[in-house]
Amino acid sequence: MSTTTAPPPEAAPPEHSGGGNDDHGHGHDHGHDPFLAHHFGSAKQQFDAGKFGMWLFLVTEILFFSGLFCAYAVYRSTHPEAFANADQYLDPMLGAANTAVLIFSSLTMAWAVRAAQLGQQQLLVRLLTITLSCASIFLGVKAVEYSHKWDLGILWSSMFNPQLHAHHSPALLVMSIPAMLAVVATAILFGLGKSKQKPVQAKFWGCLLITSLSYFGGVGLGLTVPVIEGMITGETAVEVAEHAAATEHAAVEHAAAENAAVKHAADHTADGAATTAATAGSVEAAAAEQVAIDMTYTGIFFSIYFVMTGLHGIHILAGMGVIAWLLYRSLLGHFGPRYFGPVDFVGLYWHLVDLIWIYLFPLLYLIG
Amino acid sequence: MSDNASRTATAHVHGHSEENYLECAHGWKSWAFTLDHKRIGVMYLVAILASFLLGGVMALVLRAELFTPNKLFLSEDMYNQMFTLHGAVMTFLFLIPSIPAALGNFILPVMLGVKDVAFPRMNLASFYLWVFGAIFFLLAILLGGLDTGWTFYTPYSTTTNTAVITATLGVFILGFSSIFTGLNFMVTINTMRPAGMTWFRMPLFLWSLYATSIIQILATPVLGITGLLLVAERALGIGIFDPARGGDPVLFQHFFWFYSHPAVYIMILPAMGVVSELVSTFSRKTIFGYRFIAYSSIAIALLGFLVWGHHMFVSGQSALAATVFSALTFTVSIPSAIKVFNWLSTMYKGAISLETPMCYALSFIFLFGIGGLTGLYLGALATDVHLHDTYFVVAHFHYVMVGGTLIAFLGGLHYWWPKMFGRMYNETWARVACLIIFVGFNATFFPQFVLGSRGMPRRYARYDGEFIFFHQFSTTGAMILGCGLVLCAGVLVHSLLRGRKAPANPWGGSTLEWKCSSPPPHHNFDWPPVVTEPYQYDHIVYDPEHQGYVEVEDIPEEDEVTGVPVESHT
Repeated sequence: MSTTTAPPPEAAPPEHSGGGNDDHGHGHDHGHDPFLAHHFGSAKQQFDAGKFGMWLFLVTEILFFSGLFCAYAVYRSTHPEAFANADQYLDPMLGAANTAVLIFSSLTMAWAVRAAQLGQQQLLVRLLTITLSCASIFLGVKAVEYSHKWDLGILWSSMFNPQLHAHHSPALLVMSIPAMLAVVATAILFGLGKSKQKPVQAKFWGCLLITSLSYFGGVGLGLTVPVIEGMITGETAVEVAEHAAATEHAAVEHAAAENAAVKHAADHTADGAATTAATAGSVEAAAAEQVAIDMTYTGIFFSIYFVMTGLHGIHILAGMGVIAWLLYRSLLGHFGPRYFGPVDFVGLYWHLVDLIWIYLFPLLYLIG
Repeated sequence: MSDNASRTATAHVHGHSEENYLECAHGWKSWAFTLDHKRIGVMYLVAILASFLLGGVMALVLRAELFTPNKLFLSEDMYNQMFTLHGAVMTFLFLIPSIPAALGNFILPVMLGVKDVAFPRMNLASFYLWVFGAIFFLLAILLGGLDTGWTFYTPYSTTTNTAVITATLGVFILGFSSIFTGLNFMVTINTMRPAGMTWFRMPLFLWSLYATSIIQILATPVLGITGLLLVAERALGIGIFDPARGGDPVLFQHFFWFYSHPAVYIMILPAMGVVSELVSTFSRKTIFGYRFIAYSSIAIALLGFLVWGHHMFVSGQSALAATVFSALTFTVSIPSAIKVFNWLSTMYKGAISLETPMCYALSFIFLFGIGGLTGLYLGALATDVHLHDTYFVVAHFHYVMVGGTLIAFLGGLHYWWPKMFGRMYNETWARVACLIIFVGFNATFFPQFVLGSRGMPRRYARYDGEFIFFHQFSTTGAMILGCGLVLCAGVLVHSLLRGRKAPANPWGGSTLEWKCSSPPPHHNFDWPPVVTEPYQYDHIVYDPEHQGYVEVEDIPEEDEVTGVPVESHT
C-alpha cells in the first residue's frame, strides 16, 4: 500500500503475473480490465484500496469482539473458581475437532487465494467448496453442542439451571431445519440447472449441495466424538457433565434446606453473603454459599460462552455467504493473475474468523 | 476547452466536459441509487438537517417547560423521554454524521482531487444504514419512548419498560453507518491521493477527517458490542451488566464511554478542520503552523482513547484510576490549544474579511474557547465531584457540541453552499442570522454555568424557586437561538430559489474544490488536477467580471514534486 508516494501511473498486475498455467485456457481475455472501477486510476490502486479497506474492517471486527474478551477477563479475574468449574460442562474434544476443521478450512482458503493468483480455475472452485464444507461441518458440531446444553439446562445466566439428566428434546432436530431446507433447495436448483443445460448454475448449486450435506457430516462428527472418547476413557462426556451438575445441584439444595438465610443469599447471590455466613459461625453454610455464588458466575460464564460462540457463528455464516459469492464468480472465470482481489480479501476475513475461534477454544474449553 | 493556456491568463476551471452533478441525471432513481459521493452527501445533508430540526424542536419544548419551576405542560415522565430523545437524536442522528457524512462526503474527494471515494457502494450503504437507524429511533418513540438518558446506563436501562431494545438496535445500525463512512475516508486518503498530493499538501480539513476516521473505526465497534449486550441483557437476561444476576453495571459505563468519549472527538475534530479552512481563506494568509495543526488532529484522536474514565469519577472506580484519568484528560487540552493558537496566529496581520463563514469561524473560536476551558473544571477531580451531574456539565458540553460542532457545521455549510448548489445566498441576512445565533446561544447556555455551580442538577423537570431567573433567561435565549436558526434556514432556502449564480471560486479559496465549477461536474475534474501547496493566495485575485476569484498564472513556476509546470493544460 502506498503511503507517502503517489501510486504509479501505469496499471501493473499486482503480485506475480501468470507464471502459472491456466487450466482452462481461460487466460486470453477481456481487452481492457473489465473489473477496474472508473474512479480508480489503476488496477494496483484498486487492489491496494480493497486490501487496506479489508484490514481496517478486520480491525473493527477485533474491537467488536474485544468487548466480550474484556467482559470475560473481568469476570474470570473476579471469580476464577466459577470459571474453572464451568469448564467441566464443555467437551474439549468437540472443541478440538472444530478447531481442527477451521484450521484446515483456513489452509484451503489460503490455497484458494494462491489458485486464483495462478489462474487455476478448477482448483479454485474445489478449494472454495472444501472451505464452505468445513464451515458447514463446524456448524454441525456446534449444533450438537448447543442442543446438548439445551437439554441439560446449561444456558445463559437467567436460564442457567443444570439438570441431573438430559431430557431429550428435539433441539438438535429444530436446529438442523435450516440445513435440511438448504439441502432440499440446493438439490432442486442443482437439478434445474442440469435439466436446463446451464452448467454454471448446475455447478454452483451442486457445490452448495455438498456444503449443505456437510452439515450433517458435522452433526455425525459431533455425535461420534464423545462416544469414541467414552470408549477410550470408559465414561462418556455426557456423564461427566451430568456428574458435575449433580454435585453442584446437591450442594445447593443441601445448603438451602439447612439455612433460610443462606437460601435468601443464594437467590440474590451477593458476594458478601459468603463472608457474613462464615462469620456467623456456620462453616458448612459458608461453603454451600460459596457454591451458590460459583453457580451464579458459572451462569455468567455461559452467558459469555453463548454470546461469543453465537457471534462467532454469525460470522461463520456471513463468511459462508461471501465465499459462496466468490464461488459463483470463480465459476464465471472472473479470477486470474490480473484480478484476484476479492478472493484475497475474503481470505483475510476468513482467517480472522478462524483466529477468533483459536482464542475462544482455550479460553472457554481448556481452563479447568 | 475554451480557456487558453497562456501563462498570463486565468487558469482552467474544471467542469466543461460534462454536466454538473445535479443535472447529469434526473428522476428519483438517479438519487436513490446514485453512487456519486456528491449526491450521497446532499442526501445526508437533507437527512441530518431533518433530524436536527426534530432534536431542536425537542430542545425548545424542554426549555419552554423549564420556564416555570412547576409543571407547565410536560409530566415528569414526558420530560424524561423528551430529554433522552433530544440527546439521542442530536448525538447519533445529527452531530456524529453532520460534518463528516454530509459536508465531508461532498467535499473530501473534490478536495483530494479524485473522482469518488474508494468504495462508492459502501458509501451509499452507509446512508441507507443511517436511514434504517433513524427509522428504529422513530419506532422507539412510537413503541413507548425512551427515558434512560442518551447514555443507556444499566441497571435502569435493563428495568425500565420503555423501548430500549429498539433504540439500542438503532444505535447499533447507526454505528455501522459511521464505521462505513470512516473506513471509506481512510482508504480514500491513504490509497487514492493523486500525483502531487503528498500527506503534507492535504488541506487540513482532510487531516481532521482522517483523524476522525481513526476514531470511528477504533471506537464505534465497542459501542456496537455494548449495544448488543444490552439487547441480550433485556431480551435473554445474560446478566453481564445486571447486579441482580451478579453482573457489574459499572462495566457497562466503561464500555459505553470507551466509545462515547472518543465520539466527542468524532464530533469536534471535523469542526476544527472546517475552521482551519475558513480562517486561512478569509484571512487570505497561509495557515500558520500547518504541521502542528495536522499532527494535533491525530494527537487528539489518539489521546481521546485514554480519557473515558473522567465520565465516571463518581461511579466508584478506584482513586488511582480516577487520578490517572484526570491527568490524562488534561493532556487533551494541549493539542486543542495548539489549534486555537495557530488559528489566531493565522489571522494576525492577515487580510480578514468578515463574510458569513468567517463570522461563524470567529464564533467557533470564542465559544470553543469557553467550552474547552470549562472542561478543565470537570476534568479536575475535586471540582468535578461538586459539578458532576449539574447544569455546569450541560452548559460545558453544549458549548463544545453546539458552540463548537454546530457553529462550525453552519460555517462550513455557508462556505461550501455555493459549491454544492451553485447559488449565492444573501450575505447581509446570513450575517444577521449568525449574530442572532451567537447571541441566542450565549444567552441560553451561559446562565447554565451559573445554575450548575449553584447546584442545579441536570435532568430535573422541576426546580427550586431560587433558580427561576437563570432558567427564564436561558429559555428566552433558546427562543432567540431558535429564531436565528430559522432565519439561517430561510436565507439558505431563499438562495436556492432566487440566489445569484455562484462563481467557481466565490471566496478566494485555494484548495482544489474551488478549481472546478459550482456545482462541480459529475466526475469532479476534466482531468486529474495538478496539486500544489495549499493555502497560497498570491495568484488568486478577484475578478469583477465573474464576481468571484480567479487564478492567474503569470509566474511560470515549477511544481516541486512532479516537476511539471503548474496547470499547463491546453
